[in-house]
Amino acid sequence: MSRIQTTFDKLKQQQRRALIPFFTAGDPKPAITVPLLHAMVAAGADVIELGVPFSDPMADGPTIQRASERALKHGMSLRGVLDMVAEFRKQDSTTPLVLMGYGNPIEAMGWETFARRCAEVGVDGVLTVDFPPEESHEAFEHLQAHGIDPIFLIAPTTNEARIELVARLARGYVYYVSLKGVTGAGNLDLSDIAHKIPQLRKHIRLPIGVGFGIRDAATAHAVSKLCDGVVVGSRIVQEIENSSEQKVLENVAKLVRELRVAIDQA
Amino acid sequence: MYNFPDSSGHFGPYGGIYMAETLIPAVEELRSQYLRFRDDAEFKAEFAYELKHYVGRPSPIYHAKRLSDDLGGAQIYLKREDLNHTGAHKINNAIGQALLAKRMGKKRVIAETGAGMHGVATATVAARFGMECVVYMGAEDIQRQAPNVFRMKLLGATVVPVESGSKTLKDACNEAIRDWVTNVESTFYIFGTAAGPHPYPMMVRDFQCVIGNEAKVQMPEMIGRQPDAVIACVGGGSNAIGMFYPYIEEKNVRIIGVEAGGHGVGSGAHAAPLTANAKVGVLHGNKVYLMQDENGQIIETHSISAGLDYPGVGPEHCLLKDLGRAEYVAITDDEALAAFDALCRFEGIIPALESSHALAHAMKIAPGMARDKVLLVNLSGRGDKDMNTVARIKGITL
Ligand SMILES: Cc1ncc(COP(=O)(O)O)c(C=O)c1O
Repeated sequence: MSRIQTTFDKLKQQQRRALIPFFTAGDPKPAITVPLLHAMVAAGADVIELGVPFSDPMADGPTIQRASERALKHGMSLRGVLDMVAEFRKQDSTTPLVLMGYGNPIEAMGWETFARRCAEVGVDGVLTVDFPPEESHEAFEHLQAHGIDPIFLIAPTTNEARIELVARLARGYVYYVSLKGVTGAGNLDLSDIAHKIPQLRKHIRLPIGVGFGIRDAATAHAVSKLCDGVVVGSRIVQEIENSSEQKVLENVAKLVRELRVAIDQA
Repeated sequence: MYNFPDSSGHFGPYGGIYMAETLIPAVEELRSQYLRFRDDAEFKAEFAYELKHYVGRPSPIYHAKRLSDDLGGAQIYLKREDLNHTGAHKINNAIGQALLAKRMGKKRVIAETGAGMHGVATATVAARFGMECVVYMGAEDIQRQAPNVFRMKLLGATVVPVESGSKTLKDACNEAIRDWVTNVESTFYIFGTAAGPHPYPMMVRDFQCVIGNEAKVQMPEMIGRQPDAVIACVGGGSNAIGMFYPYIEEKNVRIIGVEAGGHGVGSGAHAAPLTANAKVGVLHGNKVYLMQDENGQIIETHSISAGLDYPGVGPEHCLLKDLGRAEYVAITDDEALAAFDALCRFEGIIPALESSHALAHAMKIAPGMARDKVLLVNLSGRGDKDMNTVARIKGITL
């Protein structure tokens, strides 16, 4: 059984929801990424989405754009991210890791090489923001062959037919984008989520994570009541951006712990 | 028979709909609405009316005789898109998309712009049809094309400077896409070139084909036959595909696309993904030849002309290159400037720096051809917007 499935099964038995932090690999410096991963796990993260920096992050707001720029300035690359995962796995063989990013760095490496490397280093899922199901045949084939879960997005604009399409292809979990906009926007609509998740459940058996626009513990708490996992990205990246090198692990751990407590609250 | 794209928006291995999920329903809706209106008699009549009475079409073809005589070889003819209202071919497409936006009930339009010509065209049609208009433009291009920024503002558009990345056209595209994903229900994205997610490459091509369709009628009237070659500059590729597409089945007509060679294709500082045989990649919704580093990060391009300063190119040009039906070459900044000067002095026409690239290639090959050969150059726009850039290069302050 995959790490993602094991994790969600265990949480379900405990009647808990997953906390899924996101941050950009190599931000602000490559040396901090693996320690940050461990610190997040220790503070209560269940799954971590590790952002692969890209020069043209079209789906991201200013916070994650800046994180990408900082990481790229330090020479971060897809190859480098895979090496970091290998490093992380030396000490942690259970926490699922999902790579999230844009398709071109993977296209440049080649899907077959990429999927094989993912399996070798211990990546569990891959979410390619700008590859919708229609363009994911090659990606899907290679990821499947190496036992890596393709994670797909569903948006407020996604209609029923497309929900079915995603339900057929997705593995691991499905990521519901809780607003129309870029990452880090502030217009999340709880009533839309409450309305949409049951609709998704009609077609989707997999756990459903919700993200985009979750900026504080109270929202994380409210959203967690509606789904199986809460993704927090820009807020964590902002914490990394605003912390000194000495304080960053401590500050991020504190934030993750707060989110954990909020999500676990009845 | 050449018949692309296929129903999923692919031109062979190129094109597609590489967009975030939030926007996929919007591009699907756009495709179905476009397919519905494309053959609608009323839509076609309105488009034709606007092109005639508002844009001033058909644009004439002009024999650049003094220039041709000076070169001593093939005759150079110019398709005068520079004479269109707003000064470039961009208006053909902007009107088509605005008419579609109107039918789809969208009251707000957005656009990206490099040279500012597409921004001006969009601001113009937004004023014409009473729509709110926001144009995204790289901060560097705002410097390079100041007169066009002022024009857009006069026309009532909001111009948003884009400070991210290389601060040029690709970054303006990123920002426009971010706006679209946020305002997807109210907003129509008037995309300015024959690239992006399906249906844009097809739709923009169809609207721009008026260029080649007119030329196919005009050339026989002028010289009794079709030209030996059609030549156009290629940024994203809209003016070029508009000229080329109607000539694809005319096998005796050479098709030549001219990319921005910047400081030279060997120097790395250019915007010529086809000529340089760049690796195929995915950006802005489509799979195309794309300038990138070995890690798949998009690299900064260079061209003297803001409208050609883009790392990708439309998917149909990628296919035409692979099929060998079109040739793609690059012209350097210096060669383009020399052609710019020549057209000013020999013919009294100030061309856009983008169009000067196409002209420069014609000037390069004409001397080696017989005098009865004919090269038809698409003069995609006029050079008024480039006064600051050209003055700076000549060391003159305006
Ligand atoms: C006059 C002119 N020609 C050509 C271009 C390049 O665009 P395309 O390749 O889409 O024709 C531009 C773009 O701004 C332009 O303003």
